[in-house]
Amino acid sequence: MDCPKSDAQLLRKGRRKFFQLQKQKSVNLIYEPWPWYIAGPMIALILFLLLMVGKNFGMSSNLRTLCTLCGAGKTTDFFKFDWKSQKWNLIVVLGAIIGGYIGAHFLSNTTAVVLNPETISDLKTFGFESAGTAYLPTEMFATTALGSLKNLVLLVLGGLFVGFGARYAGGCTSGHAISGLSNLQLPSLIAVIGFFIGGLTMIHLIFPILF
Amino acid sequence: MRTLIYLLIGILFGITMFKSEAASWFRIYEMFKFESFHMYGIIGSALVLGILVTQSIKRFDIKSFYGEKIVFTPKAKSFSRYLIGGIVFGLGWALAGACPGPMFTLVGAGYVPILVVIAAAIVGTFAYGIVKDKIPH
Repeated sequence: MDCPKSDAQLLRKGRRKFFQLQKQKSVNLIYEPWPWYIAGPMIALILFLLLMVGKNFGMSSNLRTLCTLCGAGKTTDFFKFDWKSQKWNLIVVLGAIIGGYIGAHFLSNTTAVVLNPETISDLKTFGFESAGTAYLPTEMFATTALGSLKNLVLLVLGGLFVGFGARYAGGCTSGHAISGLSNLQLPSLIAVIGFFIGGLTMIHLIFPILF
Repeated sequence: MRTLIYLLIGILFGITMFKSEAASWFRIYEMFKFESFHMYGIIGSALVLGILVTQSIKRFDIKSFYGEKIVFTPKAKSFSRYLIGGIVFGLGWALAGACPGPMFTLVGAGYVPILVVIAAAIVGTFAYGIVKDKIPH
């Protein structure tokens, strides 16, 4: 004969079930792509933490430090500085690499980026068949894509512009768009407007020629 | 100890860049096409909170965790270097689909060709150092 469970027992069971579901839900949230309202505050937290340890948030200056490490100080004064003063930032870079590994290997079930359907059909006309099914376009970032000379040239050009432009402008997205604008710097606003003029020109005017 | 703190901050940054898809080439493209709010939401909310953080530190003279004064270096006044440099950066950002932070995150995520972009970015930085005194600032 079925023995009726006491209220307390039922309550315990219900509570356990509730917490299990909650736990499952929050674990799933980590595995899902993070929404902007999580990512934005996280970036502000990183800015805050770096300021509170007496440093600043700016990633592109690491490229200069890497030049110095490669011996660029012998050619021009711009690279003649004590790289050790920037060692902390190189460690942040190392962390960013490890973070990328953790994010991709332990915190994601699927890494396909869900894009606006219009973006996907646009990209398909440019020959990016992987749009909507991958994290990066396989046409550019799969290891086999290194075999394409055109792709290699595009990757090199992209990198050259980023490196040259970031130093010319005195900062990149982190240094200007986050740190600089947070400190209400007019130069950073000009730089960010520049970022957008450049980006819009590339996507709307140059992409149709390239692809 | 401090090294460990920098490393942990970096890891937090790397995970955030990857999981928010800010390191995705596709997201950058979509942003410049104005076809999604995602990237604007990330940068916008980071900025609003960043302004709050930075201005509070300045207004209330908040000291660092080590009790030192937090120093903000104002950017040198100029127009052309920020605009031209910014445009060059933007061209590369849209083409490579990654800025100098996410580039490194993508190395950890296992995308080999991003190493070509990073190497080129270092060369680009070097090229700037060479021609620095001959271009308008």
